[in-house]
Order: sequence, then structure tokens, then C-alpha cells
Amino acid sequence: MTYTDYATGAPVTDPKAPSGPIHERWDKRRFEAKLVNPANRRKHTVIVVGTGLAGGSAGATLAEQGYHVVQFCYQDSPRRAHSIAAQGGINAAKNYRNDGDSIHRLFYDTVKGGDFRARESNVHRLAQISVEIIDQCVAQGVPFAREYGGLLDTRSFGGVQVSRTFYARGQTGQQLLLGAYQALSRQIAAGNVEMHPRTEMLDLIVVDGRARGIVARDLITGKIDTYFADAVVLASGGYGNVFYLSTNAMNSNATAIWRAHRRGAYFANPCFTQIHPTCIPRTGDHQSKLTLMSESLRNDGRIWVPKAKGDTRPPHRIPEDERDYYLERIYPSFGNLVPRDIASRAAKNVCDEGRGVGPGGQGVYLDFADAIKRMGRKAVEAKYGNLFDMYQRITDEDPYEVPMRIYPAVHYTMGGLWVDYDLQTTIPGLFAIGEANFSDHGANRLGASALMQGLADGYFVLPATINDYLARNPHQDPVTDRHPAVQEVLAETEDRINLLLAVDGDRTPDSFHRELGELMWEFCGMARSDAGLRKALERIPQIREEFWRRIKVPGTGEEFNQSLEKANRVVDYLELAELMCLDALHRTESCGGHFREESQTPDGEAARKDEEFSYAAAWEFTGTGEAPVLHKEDLVFEYVHPTQRSYA
Amino acid sequence: MKLTLRVWRQKNAGAEGAMSTYEVDDISPDMSFLEMLDVLNEQLILSGEEPVAFDHDCREGICGACSLVINGDAHGPERTTTCQLHMRSFKDGDTIDIEPWRASAFPVIKDLVVDRSAFDRIIQAGGYITAPTGSAPEAHATPVPKADADFAFEHAECIGCGACVAACPNGAAMLFTSAKVNHLNVLPQGAPERETRVLDMVAQMDAEGFGGCTLTGECATACPKGIPLMSITSMNKEWLRATRKAGKR
Repeated sequence: MTYTDYATGAPVTDPKAPSGPIHERWDKRRFEAKLVNPANRRKHTVIVVGTGLAGGSAGATLAEQGYHVVQFCYQDSPRRAHSIAAQGGINAAKNYRNDGDSIHRLFYDTVKGGDFRARESNVHRLAQISVEIIDQCVAQGVPFAREYGGLLDTRSFGGVQVSRTFYARGQTGQQLLLGAYQALSRQIAAGNVEMHPRTEMLDLIVVDGRARGIVARDLITGKIDTYFADAVVLASGGYGNVFYLSTNAMNSNATAIWRAHRRGAYFANPCFTQIHPTCIPRTGDHQSKLTLMSESLRNDGRIWVPKAKGDTRPPHRIPEDERDYYLERIYPSFGNLVPRDIASRAAKNVCDEGRGVGPGGQGVYLDFADAIKRMGRKAVEAKYGNLFDMYQRITDEDPYEVPMRIYPAVHYTMGGLWVDYDLQTTIPGLFAIGEANFSDHGANRLGASALMQGLADGYFVLPATINDYLARNPHQDPVTDRHPAVQEVLAETEDRINLLLAVDGDRTPDSFHRELGELMWEFCGMARSDAGLRKALERIPQIREEFWRRIKVPGTGEEFNQSLEKANRVVDYLELAELMCLDALHRTESCGGHFREESQTPDGEAARKDEEFSYAAAWEFTGTGEAPVLHKEDLVFEYVHPTQRSYA
Repeated sequence: MKLTLRVWRQKNAGAEGAMSTYEVDDISPDMSFLEMLDVLNEQLILSGEEPVAFDHDCREGICGACSLVINGDAHGPERTTTCQLHMRSFKDGDTIDIEPWRASAFPVIKDLVVDRSAFDRIIQAGGYITAPTGSAPEAHATPVPKADADFAFEHAECIGCGACVAACPNGAAMLFTSAKVNHLNVLPQGAPERETRVLDMVAQMDAEGFGGCTLTGECATACPKGIPLMSITSMNKEWLRATRKAGKR
């Protein structure tokens, strides 16, 4: 049986999904959830993997509640998780602007922005919690931008018509993460969190069908160890680095979620990846990563390309009437602020037409000339100064004088481990929060919603729902290294590491990663087709086979060895990529970030097929290169009626 | 461009280290400094040698992981992080010295990688505002004057890279510590712990073995985020104020 001959198994349902009026569901679930007596909480150990917005906030909050938390990050400090790089802001339905915002509008915008492929209950909960997040962060001392009167400032972001995005210049992610990191630090000092930096999770330990611990490698000594707990929380982020070039950090990886998937956790909507429209174009083959320019720039910058194909004049020589401000032309009511998937695809289209600018024609202009005329250079500097500096540092061009050149790049993954309303995966005791899960963004995430979701999951949702699991399983048998299930996972991990070191071939981990990334960008990137995906599905197993024949990893496993870390992550990318392509192949509709060339409206927009595909696709692992089993979770829309998205 | 690199190689914390010389060719001026090191490492792996270990992650100047002393300067010749330094700052034929942060409180782990966990322990000593989840009042209940909010933000920009320590002839961590003290102490939310915060963080800083401050100013010159030298003066004032207040009790 080939990989594409997948079977369709029983539908997956959410046993924790509450019913009743949508605005009462979260309260209802919290009330129905069992609680753990405060005195008993310290007897429970919870493992948290990752220290980004979701993991950092969850670790701190669980420890505040009295649980014993054992937390891991591969970085040298929990403060460096990649949430730190988020620039633009965080959404909240505070309606401080009195501009018609409300919890219901944030809920509506998010369901619509996600192209009707997210769960209504989850999204509504997210919108409700958004207001508490801002309160929490301000109390921690997060220095959000403020007006002269001392009150919080907001700005607008793509896909919405209200101003609900709170920000801290272009460093919102950094400031929110430091808030969570500081709360976590307080718990570390208090002895409630046992922190393991420079330690990477390599596998999940499942005993009697429940998640009971992890296998992790100390990246300094190379020692592989086991850690046990009553529940495991994965907050390890997304899998955008499958594409090699992305805006993710170099070491962000999919190993924790992929290994959990291999142990039985379903993986949902892996093909839902977000390509961010405003990134700095690549300059050559040496490129190791791509840098994002915050979407907030689209508030004041105007995107254009020359009207004529192959126009190589410098931008200031192209007169106004020979420029095509294509987003303003095609989408007059949202203009430059259309959602990310639409802006990215439009940029690809004009470049494909031969109207792209810069080296290789892979770029469009983001022009601030009008904004500088209107607001003055000083005001532009105050708003975007650090972003302009960053652009100039990388490109050696001055964006105050010459329009920026931008091009789309892989940025975020909406797919992830399938979780129920409690954020529990299909493995009891295993939870996934933040970008690691699939739950809230559907097929496209709106700007400034990732920070909101990470913190909602970590500060508020998981700490409420994990109680229920622990209260219902108060006395789990202790697990030790001697347990056969543990022995097996440990042996498999050690074998894999030893094999990577033993092959001693002639290709580096990066060369395989780059090859896979290019393949994925071409066939599973901004536009996908049946033929292209089949080509990728044919090629991936060949690369995998070649990998195990030709990989070269110098050094040993018993030391600090960055090549070994990298090679081990590529092993998992080589499997995950295959599932992404299969998911993209099976979903013959276009929706959000998933654009199938065969499914477009007459004017080239994404055409959904609600009759056939109004479901989340949760895949069950059956073996490397073996056809997985598809479990569908039907999506029910009671409050937001699915329509073809229109931003015109 | 063709370059000669002299790189600090050290097997592990206990081993002796030394400078090793390597050649790299075909370096484009558009490459970042770390992409140039990627080129070197690909060469080394294929020739059966161990690649040079260095810390890096976001490569956009915000995570604070990268940490190289380049030609004697923390983060190299431009005022930015190592990852945002580009090869256009160098010339064909240059010889470049690459070393790890040098400070007794930052022991070398391997090659160019050092242990900066002392910074985490300084934050743990008091670099936070106690606000357990769920206890927060409505965000607009406490307006913060814009000047104070901007002052807090300017100091909150610190990325904890440690360049200030690496640049300081005394290996002092005053700029790092003062950035966090000033960020939190100026805010109304930080007021209840204002005294204990500065006293405890400074005590932890001293306990970690960082050197004393002689206001040389190298730290502020090396800081990629422009934390001002005045930050140290502000912290000293906070510390004196807290000490006097403690004395009166």
C-alpha cells in the first residue's frame, strides 16, 4: 500500500466540547471541571516543554497554583524562546477606542479570517480571555505603548476594521515574553519550577496509554535522560522550519510534536501554513533564514509594483500613473490591510506576471513616501523606527529614501497536534498549547492573534483544564526507568542518535534540510496542485533514504554537538513534510493559507468547498512512510455563517 | 571575498583552548556574519573536522543568543548583534579574530559558547513584579505617564546577550542589572517591591562573581540595544535610596 492510499477511520469528536449559548460555554466548562485540592497539588508533577509565551505562562501559572513543574527549553535561557521575535502586537477586545469592537466581533473576525476552518467554541473563548491577558500583562509591568494621558495605545492590523492591537513598539513579543519569563523566574526562585535549559525533548513516554514523561538530551553533556510526571504539556511551537527558510528561529523544531504524533497523538491540518506577506527578500544561496517586517507597516506603507512587465527603472523614476497599487485596486475597502494569505498570494501573482521588483523579480515595493509626506519623518520614525533600522541593516538600503522591497515567507503554522476543548491531545495526559496545537486559527491566522492565543492557553485555559485531568487521575502508579515501556523508548532514542553518528557519509545535515525545504516551498508553499504534491510525495521518501545513507555528523553523542542536534531534527522534518503534502493533496479545496490551484473563483480567489471539507483533518500515525489514517472532526457553525470571504 | 579567520577552539569547559586559523572563500558582502560561519562549518564537516560551536537562534537581533567577540569588540565593529552584522563591514583579504565572551562569570562551554545562567539568577533574585495570574486589576485602572512608560520601555529593550559584561574591563554586569531595575522600578506596578528588587538583584550580581563598576562606559558602547550608561547611575540612586530606607527601619 502506498503512502497516499490512506484509510478514513472513525470521526474524531471532542468529548469536552460544552454546549449551550456560546458566551456561557467557557464558564460552564470551568464549573464542570473537577478541581484538585490546593494541598494535593504539590504532589502532582507536570512537565512543560518550551518556554515561549504559551510554555512560559503555563509553567509560571501552574507553579503559582501549587503544582510541581519540571520545565525544559533547548535555549540557554527560557528568555530566548522564539515568541520573543514577534513584532507587531496582541489583539484584545477591550474596545478602548469605542470603535464598535466587542468580544463577539473579535470572535467573528477570527472565525472569518481563518476561513471557517476553526472551532467556534474555542475561538469564542479566546476572544473572551483576550481582555484578561492585557490586564495580566500590564500588572506584570509589560511596557505597552501609551498615549500622553497615560492610557494604552492601540493600532489596527490586517483583516479587521477596528483598532484592537496593543503593542510595545516593534517588540511586543519580546516584552510579553519577558513578562512571562519573569513570572517563571519568580517560581524558579521559589523552588516550584525545576528549570532545565539547554535540554531538548527527544521522545514522549507513554505508559498504559497515558503520557507519563519524556526522554530528553542534555545538550551540554549529551546525556540522555528520562523525566516522569503526571501530565505532559507540549508548548514547543510550530513546524515552519520544515521549509528550511522561514522566519522561525534557526533551532525551532518539530521534534517534540512529531515524536508525540508517532506515539499516538493525532496531527491536525498539517497543510495549514501561513506565508507572511511582508518579509525581506532573500539575497542568495547562503541565506540561512528570512526576516519578517511587521504587518503593522501595512497601516501606513503602500504596496505597489510597476504596471508594465519587466520595468527595471528605479522606483523614484516610475511616475505615479505607471504604478499599480494592486491591493488598493483589487480590495478597495480593506486596501493594504487585507489578511495575510490574500496579501501573500497577490504578491506572488504580480511577481508571476513578471512585474516583481529587485533581484530575480521576487519582490514588491512597500512605500512610505506618502506616509512621510502626511505625518512627517519624525512621526514615521517614532512608529516604525526600529523596523526601518533593521531593514537598512540587512539590505543596506534606506527605507526613508527608497521604498522597501518585500516578499512573502513562511511564518507560522496553523496546523498542529489535535486537541480537544481542554487542549488535551488524543493521548490522555498529553496537552498541547500555543502554536504546537491546531485549535484556534483555522486555515489562516490573523495578525496579532498568535500572542493572544499563546498567552490565553498558558495563563488561563490550560491551568483551568489540566485540573480536571489530574483530579480524575489522582493516584497514578509511579514510573521508573525499569518499566519496559520506558526501556523501549530510551533504547529507540539511543539507537537513533547512534545511527546518525555511525553513518559517516558525505552530506551535511544542512544540505538535506535545504533540499527538503526547497521542495516544500515549490510544491507545498503558496500554491499547491495535485501534480506538484504528487511529485513532492514521490521525492520525500527518496531524500529520506538518501539521508540515512549519506548523512555525516562529526563528533560524538557525549558532548555539546550542534550538528547532531540539527541532524536529529531533520529526521523528523523528513517525515512531517510527507504528512503535510498528503494533507494538502487530500484537501482539494482552497481555504485560507492553503491554496489549491484547481479550486479558485473566476477572479482567482480561494474557493472553499464547505460541503466536502468543513472538517479538521486529524491524522493518525501508522509507521514511517506508511499511509496514515484520517479522522475527521466535523466543524459546526451556529453563530458565524460560512460565506465566501470578501475583503473587496 | 576571501578571508582568514582565527577562531577560539576549546573542546569543553575543562579543556585548554587555543586560536585556530581557517580560510574561507566566496564570501558575499550580503551574508550575515553567522552565515559566513555557516560556510566555514559546512567546509569543516565535509573535511571530517568538528564545526565551530556558537550560540545563535533568531538571527534577527532580538533573542540575545549570539555572542561573539570579533576583532576584540563584543558583537564586532557595528553597534548591533552578531547576527545582524553583515560581511559588507569587512574587506577582501581581512584577517578576523573570533572569540567567545570573556568573563569569569561566563565560563566557556565549548568553542564560542559560554554559560550565561548567572543572568537568569539575577532576574530570579527580584527582576519581576509579583502579579500571579488572575490577580490583575483592569489595565486602565492605573494610567502610567508617557514619560515613565517610555523610560521603562527604553530599559526593557535589553536582550540579555551579555555584551556589556564582555566589553567591560572588569567583567561587571551593572548595565544588565540596572536595565531591569529601572524598567520595573519606574512603573507604579513595580513600586511595592522597589527596594527589595534593587537590593536583592545587586546582591545576586555580586554573588555571581561579576566585577565591580568603574564607569568606564564600554558596556553602553557595546550594547546592541542602546541601553544608556545613565542607567547605571539611576540604579545606584535606587540602591542608595533602598539602603537608607532599610537602615531607618
